[in-house]
Amino acid sequence: MFSGIMTNAWAVGTIVAVVAGVVGVFVVLRSAAFVVHGVPLSSFAGAAGASLIGVSSVVGLAVFAPVAALSIGWFGRRRRRDVVTALVVATMLGLGALFLSWSNEYAAQIYALLFGDVLGVTDAELWLSAGLAGAALLAVAVMYRPLLLTSVSAEAAAARGIRSGLVDMLFLVLVALVTTTAVPVVGALLMFTLMVGPPAAARAVVRSPIGAMALSVAIALVTLWASIAASYVTNWPIGFYVGTIGAAWVLAARAWSALRR
Amino acid sequence: MTGFFQSDPVRVALAAGAVTAVVSGVVGVFVVIRGQSFAGHALGDLGTLGGSGAFLANVNPLWGFVGVGAVVAGAMELFGVQRRRGRDVATGVVLGAALGLSALLLYFDTTTSTTTGATITVLFGSLFAASPQAVPEMAGLGAAGVLGVVVVFRPLLLSSVSPDLASARGVPVRAVALGFLVLVGVTVSLTSMVVGTILSPALLIGPAATALRLTRRPGAAMAGAAVIGLIATWAGIVLSYASDHWPPAHRGWPISFFVVAIVFVTYLGVELVARRAR
Repeated sequence: MFSGIMTNAWAVGTIVAVVAGVVGVFVVLRSAAFVVHGVPLSSFAGAAGASLIGVSSVVGLAVFAPVAALSIGWFGRRRRRDVVTALVVATMLGLGALFLSWSNEYAAQIYALLFGDVLGVTDAELWLSAGLAGAALLAVAVMYRPLLLTSVSAEAAAARGIRSGLVDMLFLVLVALVTTTAVPVVGALLMFTLMVGPPAAARAVVRSPIGAMALSVAIALVTLWASIAASYVTNWPIGFYVGTIGAAWVLAARAWSALRR
Repeated sequence: MTGFFQSDPVRVALAAGAVTAVVSGVVGVFVVIRGQSFAGHALGDLGTLGGSGAFLANVNPLWGFVGVGAVVAGAMELFGVQRRRGRDVATGVVLGAALGLSALLLYFDTTTSTTTGATITVLFGSLFAASPQAVPEMAGLGAAGVLGVVVVFRPLLLSSVSPDLASARGVPVRAVALGFLVLVGVTVSLTSMVVGTILSPALLIGPAATALRLTRRPGAAMAGAAVIGLIATWAGIVLSYASDHWPPAHRGWPISFFVVAIVFVTYLGVELVARRAR
């Protein structure tokens, strides 16, 4: 389980869990679950297009994820962000369906892109993921205060001269970065569970943002490690474990905080 | 274009597409007014779960879709979708768990059956593949959905616009919310069965949001949304039929691509015109 081809899986899994845990806290604070669900799904079109012209799917993800994130941000500037998100996602998926109809891709490969495939991680993808994850963490560190302030109180942020529109766009790019890192491993459909489940559970237990971040990273790590191990043993898709374990954490955290009251 | 109306798959597609567009338009207006686009989208995604489960159990997919739509909508309501704050996280958590389950069911589908296309069929399902037998069942369920909206129209509208006023007037707001979500679940599942899980949220939200930009009256918006959806769907079917020999693959572009593109462009066009008009 820990040798050969699995080494990359563990390494990438760890990277993905750390980044998702950190960024996820802001996703929960900003109520951005729909965007975080939508960007990976949209980037699926990029992966399908990349396979059509014969380049690595990561390149396709890296192009389409920011495009999707920024168009959601741009068109949804004034209001109705949820409507715009739904439409952008549907359009991108339609594009993905078009690319798929042009290519002769095997169903199994599409399935892997949608639901994740830990065994398919190459060395090159590992280094790329590590670089993107490093960039994402650095961005969170640099933008920490404005990001937190705009998430908690838009008025307070505006009073201090923070341009919340700009911060919002940067946050969307951040989500796109994390998406590109994680989609090949966890899959486009379940990427967002890692960025919603563990942080939501952590927020239900810890109030302070830094504490929630630490707990969220820990929960994400345990979730992903357990999922990789279980997927390796049973041969079932990793997405199944990530999705159900992620939801179980939220239930457990809610029960715990309800009992304490 | 010769033979377009003679072709049986085309006629079935036109009929099934019409039912889908009308029901989605009517229900979609309330989805947009209530700000539940994410729930609508999620319930559409979860058509995957019903579809893959039915594929596996070898039962009529209709009941798989409808059953799962109702159950998941109930779960979302229990998880706290009724509160505005934290609503999207609750939706996301339920969606994640259910998508995980559908990943598993699809995995079983692909390993137990000789056809590997289950994933594709369920996700990107095509109107041309709709079975003629399903049309009457769909039409029945669709009519029931529209009737449901008409019956609860006033309390639903009131509790969507002002929950406080509604509860002051004795409207059971939570029961209405749950009932509506189940209705959305059934509708979206129903439509995702024929048009695939990509297209059904687009048809639910796109035409309704467009119509609501054009008129503020909910009744008129419903009619407008149904018409926009209908035009987009039929135009998509015609274009897909016409694209049979288009490059690069010479085997027809998917209907869902055309319909989604038309819906999106229409929304953007109306949005831009409305902004300029102000």
